[in-house]
Amino acid sequence: MLLTSLRRAASLAVAAAALAFAAPLSAQDLKIAVAADVTSIDPHFYNLFPNNNIAEHIFDKLVRMDPDSKMIPGLATSWKTIDPTTWEFKLRKGVKFHDGSELTAEDVVFSINRVPNVPNSPGRFTPYTKAITKIDVVDPYTLHIHYATPYPLAPNDLSTIYIVSHKVAANASTEDFNTGKATIGSGPYKFVSYSNGDRVELERNDAYWGDKPAYKHVTFKIIKNEAARTAALLSGDVDAIEQPPTADLAKIKANPNFTVTSKISHRVIYFNFDFLDRSSPDITGKDGKPLAKNPLRDLRVRRAMSKAINRQAIAERVMEGQAVPSGQLVSEHLFGYVPGLKPDAYDPQGAKKLLAEAGYPDGFNLTIHGPAGRYVNDEKIVQAVAQMLTRIGIACKVETAPMGPYSARASKQEFSFHMVGWGASTGEASSPLRSLLATYDAAKGFGAVNWGRYSNPKVDYLIEQAVQQVDDDNRKVMLQRATQLAMDDLGLMPIHFQFTIWATKKGVQYTPRTDEYTLAYQFHTAK
Amino acid sequence: MLVYLIRRCLQSVVVLLVMSLIVFVGVYAVGNPIDILISPQADQAEREQAIHALGLDQPMWMQYFVFLRDALHGDLGHSFVHSTSALRLIFERMPATLELATVAMLFAIILGIPLGLWAGLKPESASGRTIMAGSILGFSLPTFWVGLMLIMVFSVMLGWLPSNGRGETVSLFGIPVSFLTLDGWRHLVLPATNLALFNLALMIRLTRAGTREALLQDYVKFARAKGLSNVRVIGVHVLRNILIPIVTVIGLQFGALIAFAIVTESVFAWPGMGKLLVDSINFLDRPVIVAYLLVIVTLFIVINLIVDLLYSALDPRVRLGESRS
Repeated sequence: MLLTSLRRAASLAVAAAALAFAAPLSAQDLKIAVAADVTSIDPHFYNLFPNNNIAEHIFDKLVRMDPDSKMIPGLATSWKTIDPTTWEFKLRKGVKFHDGSELTAEDVVFSINRVPNVPNSPGRFTPYTKAITKIDVVDPYTLHIHYATPYPLAPNDLSTIYIVSHKVAANASTEDFNTGKATIGSGPYKFVSYSNGDRVELERNDAYWGDKPAYKHVTFKIIKNEAARTAALLSGDVDAIEQPPTADLAKIKANPNFTVTSKISHRVIYFNFDFLDRSSPDITGKDGKPLAKNPLRDLRVRRAMSKAINRQAIAERVMEGQAVPSGQLVSEHLFGYVPGLKPDAYDPQGAKKLLAEAGYPDGFNLTIHGPAGRYVNDEKIVQAVAQMLTRIGIACKVETAPMGPYSARASKQEFSFHMVGWGASTGEASSPLRSLLATYDAAKGFGAVNWGRYSNPKVDYLIEQAVQQVDDDNRKVMLQRATQLAMDDLGLMPIHFQFTIWATKKGVQYTPRTDEYTLAYQFHTAK
Repeated sequence: MLVYLIRRCLQSVVVLLVMSLIVFVGVYAVGNPIDILISPQADQAEREQAIHALGLDQPMWMQYFVFLRDALHGDLGHSFVHSTSALRLIFERMPATLELATVAMLFAIILGIPLGLWAGLKPESASGRTIMAGSILGFSLPTFWVGLMLIMVFSVMLGWLPSNGRGETVSLFGIPVSFLTLDGWRHLVLPATNLALFNLALMIRLTRAGTREALLQDYVKFARAKGLSNVRVIGVHVLRNILIPIVTVIGLQFGALIAFAIVTESVFAWPGMGKLLVDSINFLDRPVIVAYLLVIVTLFIVINLIVDLLYSALDPRVRLGESRS
């Protein structure tokens, strides 16, 4: 009796399981595994990549970025300066929020004003709005945005601000966005649900003004472990993943059921030198005693270190081809790229000679620091650089740490030579120049991440002029000259631009992006 | 009994207080979370503003004092990155972890005790030896590797079970649970097996050792001499007497399963508390880390109390009041 019922139960279970496996996925469904945790759905609460990645679907912006990080019309159909300190934005007519109400200039004003007022924010969007002095609503579809000084970056800045509905979001807390109560945008997808640490579900907004997305139901699954993410793709649990580990790429590519796409990212991986006039913390002579003088202040030493690095080998071996060597701050398609500015060629002999000229024929001892798990293969890059430097006589030790404690120490100038990455999220060169290479100056907001404390008045002057230069051509020349000067000085040492990688199952195609976003509306069914 | 309970509760409060201080100082020493929290694009003024908004500009003793004051009101602080109450975040994730740990523990008990009993009764047989050999594997294979292998075999190669995540949930007394749905079970089997493996091995070994020892005892010989059936000798005389160490271990291990399901949760992207802790450490989200560890300490205290109570039920010789000495 017991046995028969057990047997029956077992056969039932098998049948049910078979049914469950047989159920075909509708072509309208798309499941994407993303690598990082979404901490909130409130688009103004926390300027964090994974949060923005979700906000990109639900909310619109005045200015959007195309896959090459070029600005294209979003909610604004056109923008221009009407005098040096005033920008006019013309809004698209007939744009509807997900609740059916119309989006007008008032919503834009409300959204910009909400940015500095979100309570308890660990990282606001105010760097992109605080230069604004006044906003005039000329008519429901025209805005005049005033700045204190000529401000060429207004469209770039506003390409980061998500527009919420002033009716729904008035008095809405961050919590109201997480539960969906206030999550009304005008973007290509509507919010369905958010389960902390697990998934975000979206549904297509069929009333969207732009191109209609290919998939109706989209689920973003958060799978931080890269092996688990890859397994989820291989087992068919998800249709696409971002950032498969580079070590697994060959295997995925060899499998005809999957496709790998990648694109050069706006993120440059570079090393900071210690520029402070002191006995540098991680450097000792070959006898193990601290050096009185900081050798990294000598351009010949910096040049020698740059020449000692075989960037091509790092790109090909460490990164498995998923990087291109770089000698500057932004990649080729971005505004301010300097044509012809190449990284130092690999030349260990020349490097040794330069070191000897600088008075270090035997080199010195150096501890290199780097983050662990923040950038693609970050620890491996640091190790490779350490070996290459050791080859020219700079005997290297490597220390890596998770980004939290690491950046806390790096920002206090506790390191001599350390690795960082920088994404030019506004799509042009003033962002890295101003944050990484301008002289540290809290009052001006310059050099906030200039952890090496590089300082060159000529570079500062050019940057200051450029960020107020409304004429695009002039500004580009200034940014290029500033970059050229800082790179001639080796104010920092670029290694490469990393690639962002996506893997999809056969039949699903992704249009890869420079800004690293994984956007559901850029997935298509492959023919 | 009542006095005993009251004394245990007072001890627990002291433990919690000491624990909170240690964790607070420890987390504080790791570094300033602002460096990892704030967008790199932010300038110095924005940084100062965020430091102030999160209360990080206060001296440490002041932060601890504020924390204690709020904790007495039942508020363990708000997450920096989620803007939600830390306790709420933890309790949101708790059902998933409890479910996983319970199922894993049940796997371990239901399989482990009979297998251990068998191996104890027939130590020289081929089956007994196989069970013991298998238990060595359960002990020595690292969890993350077994997890990945399970995914590799059952999800990627055979395609029988999903590789990650929690299945469909239904609400039971307002708590979302997934063990009532077929989809839920399909998602549960692999991570629960992975998590159970170590404890399964532990159960087998404990039960086997206890059984072998008990079989040599006089009361077992006497029971056999009385002519009791084999089933009764093993089921009542042997099993009941070896249960005490097993219950202790189950209690302790259950706490450990809940607290340290982290590896399994990461490998299977199981949305539980362990994953929350790892994520919070990555963000240096102090309030959540502190609250999490306090919740876990409370959990251990409660489990230990239950274990102590179970002792006295299983063995009438154990009197709870005696622990005074």
